[in-house]
Parts: sequence; structure tokens; C-alpha cells
Amino acid sequence: MKRPELSRRKFLRIAGVTGLGATALGTVPGAMRTHFGEQGYEPAPDDETVASTCEMCFWKCGIHAHVRDGQVRRITGNPDHPLSRGRLCPRGAGALGTLYDPDRLSVPLVREGERGEDRFREATWEEALDRVAAGLKKVAEEHGPEAIAMFYHGAGGSFFKTLMGGLGSANIAAPSYAQCRGPREVGFELTFGEGLGSPEPLDLPNTRCLVLIGSHLGENMHNTQVQDFAQGLAGGMRLVVVDPRYSTAAGKASHWLPIRPGTDLALLLSWINIIIQEEWYNRAYVEKHAIGFEQLAAEVRRYTPEAVYVETGISPELQRETALEIAQAAPRALIHPGRHVTWYGDDAQRSRAIAILNALLGSWGRPGGIHFTSKSPLKGHPEMPAFPEAPEPADRKEGDFVFASETLASGLRDATLTGEPTPMKAWLVYGSNLPYVLPDPQKTYDAIQELDFMVAIDILPAEICGWADVVLPECTYLERHDDLIAPWHREPYIGLRQPVIEPLGDSKPGWWMAKEIARRLDLEAYFPWKDPEGLIRARMRSSGYSEAQTTSLFERGVLVTEADPLYLFHNEEYEFDTPSGKIELFSQQLADMGFDPIPVYRRPEQPGPGQFRLLFGRAPVHTFGRTTNNETLLQQYPENEIWLNRAVAADLGLAGGEYVLVKNQDGAVTGPIRVKATERIRSDCVYMVHGFGHESKRLRRAYGRGGNDALLVTRYETDPLMGGTGMNVNFVTLEKVEA
Amino acid sequence: MTGRTERRFGMVVDAVACVGCSACVIACRDENDVPQGCSRRWIFEEVKGRFPNLTAEVWSESCQHCDYPPCVDCCPTGASHIDRPTGTTQVDRDKCTGCKACVAACPYDSRYVHPDGYVDKSTLCIHRLRKGEPTACEAICPTDAITVGDLDDPHAKISRLVRSRHSRQFKTDAGTRPRFFLLERI
Repeated sequence: MKRPELSRRKFLRIAGVTGLGATALGTVPGAMRTHFGEQGYEPAPDDETVASTCEMCFWKCGIHAHVRDGQVRRITGNPDHPLSRGRLCPRGAGALGTLYDPDRLSVPLVREGERGEDRFREATWEEALDRVAAGLKKVAEEHGPEAIAMFYHGAGGSFFKTLMGGLGSANIAAPSYAQCRGPREVGFELTFGEGLGSPEPLDLPNTRCLVLIGSHLGENMHNTQVQDFAQGLAGGMRLVVVDPRYSTAAGKASHWLPIRPGTDLALLLSWINIIIQEEWYNRAYVEKHAIGFEQLAAEVRRYTPEAVYVETGISPELQRETALEIAQAAPRALIHPGRHVTWYGDDAQRSRAIAILNALLGSWGRPGGIHFTSKSPLKGHPEMPAFPEAPEPADRKEGDFVFASETLASGLRDATLTGEPTPMKAWLVYGSNLPYVLPDPQKTYDAIQELDFMVAIDILPAEICGWADVVLPECTYLERHDDLIAPWHREPYIGLRQPVIEPLGDSKPGWWMAKEIARRLDLEAYFPWKDPEGLIRARMRSSGYSEAQTTSLFERGVLVTEADPLYLFHNEEYEFDTPSGKIELFSQQLADMGFDPIPVYRRPEQPGPGQFRLLFGRAPVHTFGRTTNNETLLQQYPENEIWLNRAVAADLGLAGGEYVLVKNQDGAVTGPIRVKATERIRSDCVYMVHGFGHESKRLRRAYGRGGNDALLVTRYETDPLMGGTGMNVNFVTLEKVEA
Repeated sequence: MTGRTERRFGMVVDAVACVGCSACVIACRDENDVPQGCSRRWIFEEVKGRFPNLTAEVWSESCQHCDYPPCVDCCPTGASHIDRPTGTTQVDRDKCTGCKACVAACPYDSRYVHPDGYVDKSTLCIHRLRKGEPTACEAICPTDAITVGDLDDPHAKISRLVRSRHSRQFKTDAGTRPRFFLLERI
């Protein structure tokens, strides 16, 4: 008998089950685990729960790691921790796939072939550390210690920063500045006198209207912020999403504005203009706290909705409607400052426009806007000597990028390549896969060829390791201590990272490596502690915390301290850390240096016929390329796809699921990558999730899977204010791969 | 319903909050020792319309723990059964022969064959429900989108959500009376 009603549903299962059979993946982690039995995980009396801090991304949530028979069995959110509140994102929950990854680096490696050939021999720790110490020492003696540069990502970098400080080099950079959030910091520093930092101080649970400019919250799983976002939505928060792609967040929005890529600044200036013209701005707030309103009003007059329509493709009616929606919610309205904002090279100015709009709405220092933060008092080790004086970082020539507030990773690479302003002869690379992070990967490889010595410290054989002279295998964050974590936050806290299990293989913690290298260089004075527990206890003591508080920190993984008020008081006189002490709608600082004192929109170059602008972003289960070898996470999102407008795909004769090669304007190619033919993207751009298409054969699961956007970023626009590298300026064509 | 049960546990997922991140899928895997390559939960995505007039929903889903579960009716060995205290649909591994009649009968594609030969699916973390704890998926969810509870208890959060919010259910025409509710914006 026919039962048509029992047919399968036609929804798209996007995760949870995949085309990867268990056999297609390495089975080592699974094989190491035993069954819990029919009724799930029943904690046994001798099970241990260790409170620590996650490092699957940079957010650093509190975790509980559940251990049985020396095996970490599952990871849950620490309910005491202000960033996790008991909840975790998929990467934090799926960390066992990284911990038990059979491809992990487990012994020190010394290069045998040419650089980049990826031929190594295994070495003892003694030999590897001797080589690192000798390599650094030789460069320091021949070229000065400032010829040693360090690139890093993650909390574990702190011990190597200490080593660099002891050596006397300030050439330390995290690509998370000039390749990510830097322009946003500068835009807000110029306007409000301070940047935002991480976690961003956004009061989303109290926001009544949130505007996302290209930010894809929910696809970037910054745990606390996504929790707050969901809480805001549950409370009826309106959402305006400006994005060429219909993101997950756009699916929740009251308005989706599918803007022409590169024209966001025009839209922001139009909104500013409408809100001023209609007198929807917060006059009292602006009069009290801001300067330059008249100049701003005059400057933005030309950005009429009609003129901006031509640039953005967003109709004048929709511009007005959304401006009203935002203004009606003020001051509980927030233009999200974004995080990865290095797009077009004018990014600091776009971020400034976001800051200015927030100022007009009166949302800075107010509920539902940008709140104040505080930081738990924390001193260094009392016996820590001062570092020797080091020359200024050589990441830029004098007079360049004057508003940069951190060192530019791209600048240190360029100094290595050109010898200007001073040469770099050694690199210490900690947990940062530079060819996938810095634009124009060939430039990175060319720079490496200029080096006398390079050491890479990582947990996985990322591509960068293949170029090092010595590779030091670090254990994961679940197997080591790191220094204390105390960010600026609404609930200030001290977070602890402590080992859950002993290091696997012959991997070692970073603190041990740094200390051992320091010992070989007679710099041990900068590590005046036997082990990190000693360091942590000494820091807690010198900062005035009681023994009971320190004991509680080790037990609970976190110590929450008293918070300052979150918002401006009624009629509070507040001095902003700008030259004028006010919010600077007009920036004299910028004018003095020859830049636009109020942001000016300039039309970016558009793709030619048949070309698409390449955009890239995140999937919720992956952190850059660091997780694409993680069996658990890979199953949820096994390969990236290139999003292509459905009608365009039909015109090109491409069907969804077909594989293509993606080629950019300079002939760089990546793929094969599968086409996602979708209504969810404009016809002038394509999109892919970053972190796939690995070229290192040592990453056995990730190797060759999907496409690598970083290979296609051969061109970039440098932000004249602060040296950020705008990377959304590459144009690609698609070529079908014949099966 | 195949006879009255003491309680009627079900699940709601809030599609307004859910971002489809998969944390629940992974927490479920580690909690219940689901083998790699198999899954008891999935993320669904539904996109409607043409550019630029689109709507989309993304949500997490598992076994619906139906009032009238066809997988129980068709099971020749009695392995698929309703747990009386919780009202959830369970599989007794020792009785299951792996014949897959239930896999074919389930309109929701909720079941898979475990590499050890028996059929497996969501237990709704019955071991945790018995202790009054939230399911692993509910506990981990960063957007607080998942609520599990007794639908027969009018004071339970799940009942309040089902009463107060617009929701939809799937394949109700199959006569299964599913206990999975997707909360939506009106």
C-alpha cells in the first residue's frame, strides 16, 4: 500500500551527517575511546573534571574537561566563566578532534631539504633547542637582536614575547591586527579615544536595533557575543544586515540590504546624512559630548539617498526606512563595529563612519550600545627584571601609518623582504600559519628565503612549518599551562589555563620551550619561576589576592572580580581620550596628517565582465585553517564551497555541486572547489569559507579539501592610516573541472 | 499514543535563536558516544524566495519522540519501544537485529545503523532526564535555542513556549503526533 505522506522531507541537511564515511577518515581518536554503554555518559566516582580555558579560537571561554582513565571524554562550558556561562560553541565542544588528531606534531623536526620542500628529520629536544638558541644568537650578534621578528596568534605566545623582550627586540606582531581588527580599533580610537578590544563591549542583550555591516554573527561563533545576540533577538531586537550575501544573520533580519561590495561607507554616510537632516540624532548627547557636528553635517550633505543608490544598489526608500528604524531605537541602537574588517584599504575610515553614527545615536556608554569595561588588577611576577631597551618596531618607515596602534605583521614581512627600514634575519613563528594569513603568500615565501634562521612552534604541521629550519611541537591547550588571562570585560575576571592531561607524544608546552631557549641564551632571569604554577601563584600574591582566591582560581578556573559601572551616569561629564577630550566627529588629528577629517567615500574598482569579487568568511565549526584537520569538526563542514548566484551559475552552465577551479586576475588558482549555486548572494561576487584547500600533505584530512582563498589574495590595498591590508580587492573567474 | 505514559518528554527548538552552529550535534556525539560518521542530530536549513526577497530558517533537530511512533509499530522484535516513565522512544540494543524496518518507517530519517550492528538514534539523553538534568544538546547550546521537557506538565518551560509562541511541526499528516516543535517568528 502506498503511503506518500511518509516520503522524506526535502530540507537541506547541512551538518550532522556527511558524505564522509567513518572509513574515509583516520580512526585513531575513535579507536582510543571506549564505549560508555547504552545510557550515555554516566560520570563514574573517579572521573575528574578540570576547569580551564579554551583555545580553539581567540575568544578564550571557560571550559570543564571531563577525564576518565587519562582520556578527555568531553568538554562542556564552565558555568562560572563570564565568557561561556556554561555554554560552548562547536569548536570548543569538538576540541577532542584536535587533541587526538593523529597528524599532530609530536617530535621536534630539523630541516633536511631546501626551505619549503618540507623534508625534515626527527631530532631530540636537546638538539632542536640548541639549534634554535644558536640560530637566534647568531642573528642577534651579527645584525642586532632587533633583526629577530616574532609572529604569533593565541595566548601561548606570551612566553615567547618574554623571550623576545629579553633578547631586546620589539619586532613582535600578531596578524590579528593589520590583517583583521586593526582598522576598527583605529576608527574608534580616532573618534572616541579608545578602541574596542576583545571581547567587544557590545551591550547586545539590551539592544533594540542592531546593524551588522558585513559581520556574520552566528557564522563566526564568538560564544558570548552569539549568546548575547540570541538574547537580543529573543527580546525582540530589530536587525538590519548589510551584506552582499544572505548570511545566517540575514535570515533573522527585519531588513537585508544586499549591498554592492565595497560601498558600505557610502551607505553609512547616507544614513548619517538622513539622521542629521531629519534631526533624528541625539542632540543633547552630541552637544554635550561631541565636537565637529557642523562640519560633519556639511560634509555628508552630498550623500543623498539617491546619489548613494547609484553606488550601493540600495534603494533610497530602503535607506530612509532603515535609517528611521535605527533612529527610533536610539540610544538602544548599535552599529556593530565588526571584527575582520580589512576589506578595501579605506577600512579605518569606514570604521570611523560606524563610530560617528554610533555617536550620533548616543549609543556609546549607554544601555544597548557600547558599554564600559573593567579589568581585574593583575601585576607581573615581582622578580621580573626590566627588558633591555629595544629599537622601535621596524614594521613601517618613519611617517608611514601613523595611526597604527600595534605592530604590523605585514610590515615585518616587508622589512624582511626589502631590508627597510631595518633588515630581519630570523623569524620565530608561534601558532600563525603566515602564508594563509598574510596577503600575497608568495611574498611571504620570498621573505622567508631572506632569513638566516626560522623556527616554527605549532601543534599541527601547518604549511608554515614546512618552511622552518626547526619545528617545535607544542602540546595543545588541554595539556599545558599558559599565563593568566585577564581581558577588559563587563564582568572582569582572571582566567586560568591548566593542563587536563599530560602532553601526548613528545610534545611540550610553550612555556617550557621558551624557558629552555632563554636558559641557553643566558636570559633565564626573565623566567624567575620554576613552573607556571609558581608564576601564577606569584602573580596572584603580588596583585593582592588571598590564598583562598588563588585556590578558588585553580579549582573553578576563573576568578570574577568587581565591575565598574557599565554606562555613563545621567548628565555625567566624561573626558574622552581624544586630543579635544570629546567625541571627534571631525578629526583634527587626521586633518593635520593630510587625511580626510571626516570619512569620504571613493568608489572602489569593480570587477570586469565575467569576473567576480572574491569574498570570504567563516563557518561556525571552523577557526581559520586550524580546525580543518579536526575529524569531529570536519564532519560538520567537510569542505568549503564557492557561493555563486544561481542565475549566474545557470548562465555559466554550472550546476550546484559541480567542481570548479577559481582563478584570479593575476593567474593564481585554487580548487577544485564545489559550486554552491544559490539565491543567497549577489551576482557580482563569490564567497567561500576561509581555511580550506590545505597544501601540506602532513595534514592528511585537510590536504586538498576545497579551495584556499588566501592563494587568491595576491592583491591588497593598504590602509594609509594604519597599514591594514584590505583583501577583498581580488577578482576571480570560474572554470569547470571536467570529471 | 500506544498507551499512556507517566510523562511526555518532547523538544522545542527556537528558530529565531538557532544559528545552526552544530555545538549540539557535537555535544550529543561526545555525551552518547556516537561513532564518527554517524549522528543523532542534524542541522536543517530552509531557504525560500528569489534574490533579493528571501527568507531562511536554520535549526537543529533529532528523533521527534512521537506519540505514535511508526518505528515501534513496525519493529518485529520489540527492540524499538516506548519508555513508560519518560514517554520517549528507545531502542533496546540487545533485542535489535538491525533489520532496518524502523529506519524505513521513520518519516524523519532519525535513525542510523550503528557499526556494531544495531539501530541507534536519539535517546533524548534519557540517562540525564532521569536525574533531572538537561540533555547534552540543551546544556551546550550557546543561543539557548533548545528546550526539553514534559509536554504534559503545563508549568514546564516547554509547555509555556509551545503555548505562547508560533510553532510548526513536521509531517503531522503521517499521523505520528511528533513531539518536536520549531518555534518561529510570526
